[in-house]
Amino acid sequence: MTPTYYLLLSALLFSIGAVGVLVRRNAIVVFMCIELMLNAVNLTLVTFSRINGKLDGQVMAFFVMVVAAAEVVVGLAIIMSIFRTRRSASVDDSNLLKY
Amino acid sequence: MAGAAWLVVAFPLLGALILLVGGKRTNAWGHLLGCATIAASFVYGLILFFSTTGQEEAARTSEVSLFSWIPVDQLQVDFGLRIDPLSITFLLLITGVGFLIHVYSIGYMAHEPGENDRRRFFGYFNLFVAAMLILVLGNGFVTLYLGWEGVGLASYLLIGWYTDRPSAATAAKKAFLMNRVGDVGLAIAIFIMFKVVGSTQYTAVFDGVANGAFSSGELVALTLLLLLGACGKSGQFPLQAWLPDAMEGPTPVSALIHAATMVTAGVYLIARSNPIYTASPDGRLVVVIIGAVTLVIGCVIGCAYDDIKKVLAYSTVSQIGYMILAVGLGPFGYALGIMHLLTHGFFKAGLFLGAGSVMHAMNDEVDMRKYGGLARIMPVTFVTFGLGYLALIGVPPFSGFFSKDAIIEAALGQDETWRAWVFGGAALLGAALTAFYMTRLVLMTFFGEKRWKDIKSSDGREFHPHESPSVMTIPMIVLAVGSVGAGAFFAIGDTFTEWLAPTVGVLEESHHHVIPHAVVPWLTVGLSLLGVLLAWLFVGRKRVPLSKPEPVPFPVRAARADLYGNHFNELLIARPGTWLTRALVYIDNKWVDGLVNGTAALLGGSSGRLRRAQTGFVRSYALSMLGGSILLIAALLAVRFA
Repeated sequence: MTPTYYLLLSALLFSIGAVGVLVRRNAIVVFMCIELMLNAVNLTLVTFSRINGKLDGQVMAFFVMVVAAAEVVVGLAIIMSIFRTRRSASVDDSNLLKY
Repeated sequence: MAGAAWLVVAFPLLGALILLVGGKRTNAWGHLLGCATIAASFVYGLILFFSTTGQEEAARTSEVSLFSWIPVDQLQVDFGLRIDPLSITFLLLITGVGFLIHVYSIGYMAHEPGENDRRRFFGYFNLFVAAMLILVLGNGFVTLYLGWEGVGLASYLLIGWYTDRPSAATAAKKAFLMNRVGDVGLAIAIFIMFKVVGSTQYTAVFDGVANGAFSSGELVALTLLLLLGACGKSGQFPLQAWLPDAMEGPTPVSALIHAATMVTAGVYLIARSNPIYTASPDGRLVVVIIGAVTLVIGCVIGCAYDDIKKVLAYSTVSQIGYMILAVGLGPFGYALGIMHLLTHGFFKAGLFLGAGSVMHAMNDEVDMRKYGGLARIMPVTFVTFGLGYLALIGVPPFSGFFSKDAIIEAALGQDETWRAWVFGGAALLGAALTAFYMTRLVLMTFFGEKRWKDIKSSDGREFHPHESPSVMTIPMIVLAVGSVGAGAFFAIGDTFTEWLAPTVGVLEESHHHVIPHAVVPWLTVGLSLLGVLLAWLFVGRKRVPLSKPEPVPFPVRAARADLYGNHFNELLIARPGTWLTRALVYIDNKWVDGLVNGTAALLGGSSGRLRRAQTGFVRSYALSMLGGSILLIAALLAVRFA
């Protein structure tokens, strides 16, 4: 089992997440795709930690998780409040902040 | 005696201060104070004169340093007075003739509208005389410059005296501006002196000339720049156009400006700078050319005018031309130029005062075509004017004969034959023309039929000519006596040239004569009589029409238009100046402002377009972030593996 497969998997996950962010309109789904990308990055960090035999990457992955958890809290709250006022969770509907 | 010489300047300056600051409460006695200050200066001038005449030649020159005026590092200008024969001569002329004109003004300005006016007039008059005295008494070029500008200011105030006349305002402005052109020359000349010798005092500069501190190029530059200044102040070609327009002022102003003070400043400047001019024959040639050109054009234009004051003004232009010609001859002519200046001061002041007296009698009418037959009605004016006239056209033994004839002889006695013929010829031609226009003036004014009988003056009043009051006629009589006797007094026995010798050098006699020495006076007088005869043929024996004859041949048209001097200035200086300013305004508006405004518009426009990228769609932002990241990573990889 070479680490390359882990890296390929994480690249795949990241790509799925990125495409999801770009093509989906539902804010919840976009949010989940972001989580997917974050976790793909976590997987990369852990893999390289394993390859290099150092713990730096593992520690970094924990940090990412903490930040992701905080981000989920704030992000879900924003989505909730937008949904309450506009009765829609579509990211394309909330486009008032523009030129 | 010279130690208290500052009093001479202080009297009229104090008079001007009291009259201009004192206001209404000096109205009652203002004119008397104005005359008294000038009289005091004149008396002090006489004391100075008599205290110097008896002394040795070297002792006649003294300098008084009054105070340190501009002490700036290397530039140390002391305010001091120089008392020498030249400055005493001018001092006496200015205060003497100036005093007579002041007295005359008491009568002439008595009927001025506005109760303050006569007092203010005397204030300006005193200021004028004070400035002129600073000009001639200063011991350095910067002091001279102070007086030079002061005279310019006072002349501006006096020429524009009739503030309700737009023409007077224009004339004052014109005089001021054209003087400024000359002043630039004088200022640059002073800069050069300071640069080369580090001082602007006469003695230091002239010592520098004697020691060879100036290169020949600098000397020529100095002569030409000083000449430019002289041309501006003295109304010489090509800056002569302001002088006839200055007739817009009251007649005593014309008399003061044209006879005793302002216009003589140019001649004074050249005579004072005689070491510089002696050292530069090339510069002197230019001076002679300017003098000859001016004296001829002044005469030619004078023949064509019907305005009595303008004729006299052009006569002044041409007589100053004689003086400039004389001082341009160098050691042969400095003293002669100053002598003509003195005699001219007498007879021209007398002529102007006479013209003022005539105008006074004729409701301020200046058109000679409306005069005629005034000799019987105004006998005193006629006789004094006639004596001045005889002096001006150079009839012996009146004063103009001695001084003008001496200049013509000197002009004919130049070493180069062509110069003698050209400039001597111009001077002789001028003598004949002078006789012509002055005879025309006298015939039209005092003889012939009384053309004013059946017409009204331009302000609608009928003419009731009368002799002027004695406060006006007495100065005229005194000046007439001067016009008769001054020339003989100065010239016979070379009294005057010897008196001036310590300042301008001993007058040299030429031994080169294109026309025999003894013939010249006869020739001069003969040409003058020819001019008189021609004037009688053209004007005296015919009826003078009330309006100008039209059409006239081209030379007369040209002379009536000042030989197109104004057109020339307009075409050569004013128009290109206007174009230049317009071009500059265009460049400023379109290019400079265009650059600034264009930068702002470019930034504003492009940011307006860039703004469109902010669509508000989160997903497009996400796409651009992704794209950007991919580009960055691709670039990094490309650099890494290249």
